[in-house]
Amino acid sequence: MSSVPIPFHKVIKSRRLSPIRPMLAVVHREVVDSLRDWRIVVPIIVLTLFFPLLMSFVANAALRWVAKYGNPIIGERLLPFMLMVVGFFPISFSLVIALETFVGERERRSLEPLLMAPLTDTRLYLGKVLGALLPPMLAAYLGIGTYLLGLYVVKAWTPPIELLALVFLLTTMEGCVMVAGAVVISSQTTSVRAANLLASFIIIPAALLVQVEAMIMFYANYDVLWWIVLFLAVVTVILVRMGVHTFNREELLGRDTDALDLPSLGRAFLAHFDWRPWWFGRDVHRMPAGLRWLGKIGGLYRYEIPAILRRVCPALVAVSVGLLASVYIGYMYAARYPLPATALQLDSISMETFSTATAVGWFPGLTVQWVLSNNIRSLLLAALLAVFSFGALAEALLMAPLAIVFFFAAQAGRLGTNPILFLGAFVLPHGVLELPAAIIATALAIRLGAIFLSIPRELGMTIGESWLWALADFIKAFLAFVVPLLTVAAILEVHVTPLVVVWAFGGS
Amino acid sequence: MIDAVGLCKQFDGFVAVDGVTFSVAPGEVLALLGHNGAGKTTTVRMLAGVIRPTAGQARVAGFDVAEHPQAVRRHVGLLTEHPGLYLRMTGREYLRFFGRLMGMTSNECDRRAGDLLERLGMLEAWDRRTGTYSKGMRQKMALVRAMLHDPMVLLLDEPTSALDPTAARLVRDAIARLRDHRRAVVLCTHNLVEAETLADRVAIIRRGRIVALGTPAELKARWLGHPVMELRLAHPLNGTARFIAEWGTVEAQGENWIRYSTPDPQETNPLLVRLLALQGVEIVTIREVPRSLEEVYLQVTVGGVENVERTDPVP
Repeated sequence: MSSVPIPFHKVIKSRRLSPIRPMLAVVHREVVDSLRDWRIVVPIIVLTLFFPLLMSFVANAALRWVAKYGNPIIGERLLPFMLMVVGFFPISFSLVIALETFVGERERRSLEPLLMAPLTDTRLYLGKVLGALLPPMLAAYLGIGTYLLGLYVVKAWTPPIELLALVFLLTTMEGCVMVAGAVVISSQTTSVRAANLLASFIIIPAALLVQVEAMIMFYANYDVLWWIVLFLAVVTVILVRMGVHTFNREELLGRDTDALDLPSLGRAFLAHFDWRPWWFGRDVHRMPAGLRWLGKIGGLYRYEIPAILRRVCPALVAVSVGLLASVYIGYMYAARYPLPATALQLDSISMETFSTATAVGWFPGLTVQWVLSNNIRSLLLAALLAVFSFGALAEALLMAPLAIVFFFAAQAGRLGTNPILFLGAFVLPHGVLELPAAIIATALAIRLGAIFLSIPRELGMTIGESWLWALADFIKAFLAFVVPLLTVAAILEVHVTPLVVVWAFGGS
Repeated sequence: MIDAVGLCKQFDGFVAVDGVTFSVAPGEVLALLGHNGAGKTTTVRMLAGVIRPTAGQARVAGFDVAEHPQAVRRHVGLLTEHPGLYLRMTGREYLRFFGRLMGMTSNECDRRAGDLLERLGMLEAWDRRTGTYSKGMRQKMALVRAMLHDPMVLLLDEPTSALDPTAARLVRDAIARLRDHRRAVVLCTHNLVEAETLADRVAIIRRGRIVALGTPAELKARWLGHPVMELRLAHPLNGTARFIAEWGTVEAQGENWIRYSTPDPQETNPLLVRLLALQGVEIVTIREVPRSLEEVYLQVTVGGVENVERTDPVP
């Protein structure tokens, strides 16, 4: 019986596409291509073979030198420090590879065929990240190995397992953060030059972090370094998620320049301030021209603010979780660090206590203006920091004072005062307005930072447009909702809270 | 194989493609003809599932480009103006890489690539670094890459515009050799000769809209009028011109030649030749005056908006 050959296209089409294999093909190609690039191979050889051996020699010489002056502790601390350095140096050039991943291909015009491949965005992106990460990471491990081998041969020194694991993970996480950040930049720029310029945002924090790690390493405070490992792992996850989320084939192909189009951005921003008017069912367009602004105000509260609050719902959930965490932290620290009985003399609080507090230099005066401006300044600062921390610092800035409040409430409870009464007197009168205002402002600030991780692609928005949208929402809700609440809260805090405190705790 | 209906694409308020409607059957080559920036590349990228249409729909190889872009990309081969090879890889490594992305094994890749490279006369360059290839070879290698997974749809986006005439000819010949009755091909070009040589039908695209669509012969008839015939005699025309004027419209004439247009040359010409022979007129030649697609193109694209031809959705 003669067999009829199956057409080639049917063989291919009938096969289920492996989810991992194409991604590994991208990784393999990137690694092989990197290892054929002399700009990468030469540093690998120098930094993994020559430099670690030199460091072993230097470390040994330094040990002998400091031992002459009877100070062996410096030498002992030098060995783990250099272990960290030989690991970090090779990963520093991971940026060269990572920054080129997408934008380099774009410049070499090889990107379009790759984007035509039937990979999902996530797999293509992860393939690129892993491909950029592997050569420098392997170089770093090889460097560490060479350094340790050199030290073992010269001085028979072997590191403690914890130190070795710590350096291994620190190096890995630093590499992951740098590569993840660089690939995000590479996928969002249109030229290698622009990507290199933006790489400062990775190099400078990474250099500062390594300096901090070096100091901690000298103090041998490994607990802190483990926390840094955890922190870097979280940052890596955030950056990769952000990269995958912002990765967009269309923009990669369509964007030709990184020009800043301020008029266009301005128009996009102002468009968010055009909302449906409303004034108690009246036709706003038929109202007298001088009163139509009432329709804008009415529409803001009737439609716009509720819509904004719906949009910040996920951030509100995050803030709520943060609130619960701050309660726990406050109580935990109160149990761990109990205050002496004389520290909280609540029964001696009087109206005079509040007025004398103004004598303290950093507490200029319990006035409505001061309380209001302080609260607004704090929330605006939180919003600014949120932009650079994906919203995390805004959450932290809200959690910190709340944790302190609950710390004192718990201390009061421990010293025999009802903590509910404490909170009810010191916080509730103004907190009933201030806390919702702070929660909403923090949620809006979190959105300003976290929008980079969840760009509403379904609305056809770019990163810039999404951020402008979040900023417009922040401004509208802050001015129309948060500031009025804070103003009333400040009045209550200055004029009512002291009365309630004095009344509750029986002072004179 | 390709059905596009009202396809639109806007970038930041700029309309790149505005309601494009056409279809391409298996075995057919459709040329998208237009100036730079007319919307050809954007149309092709939408058909390739790389960019998402703002409005309208397109089904390619049975998949909606907006709903299943990944499936579309699996069934489409794309050749761009620039070959985009990885210059540190050999041809074999390069093709294996793209084969793996398409879900092929190395053996399948080599078998398929070997066949294609042989047909394109590139077999000896298979194991050379692609960086050592000439421009024409690079584009042919890119064509092999686009054809590697035996796609049902082949999209060629200005495949010869970056090449010199010799290399362009090589690539054009390669494309002609790779035509297949199962495969639909869309060829974006502003090279009119290329379109006329390779395409079964031509769509002229202007400012994001299809302004003319049909076979080259249909377009010429529609935009340039009836075919023009040239009759040459062995002696002066004398009264022949008046006789011919009864059968068609005389366009021009000389001492022993005349050009006339007729809506149905297949019927008119044999009859005319027979009657002239009966009258003792000695005919040297009768031929159709060649009219190029370029004339149609210039007529369509230089004309104003009133020239826009409505292209109804394909049933």
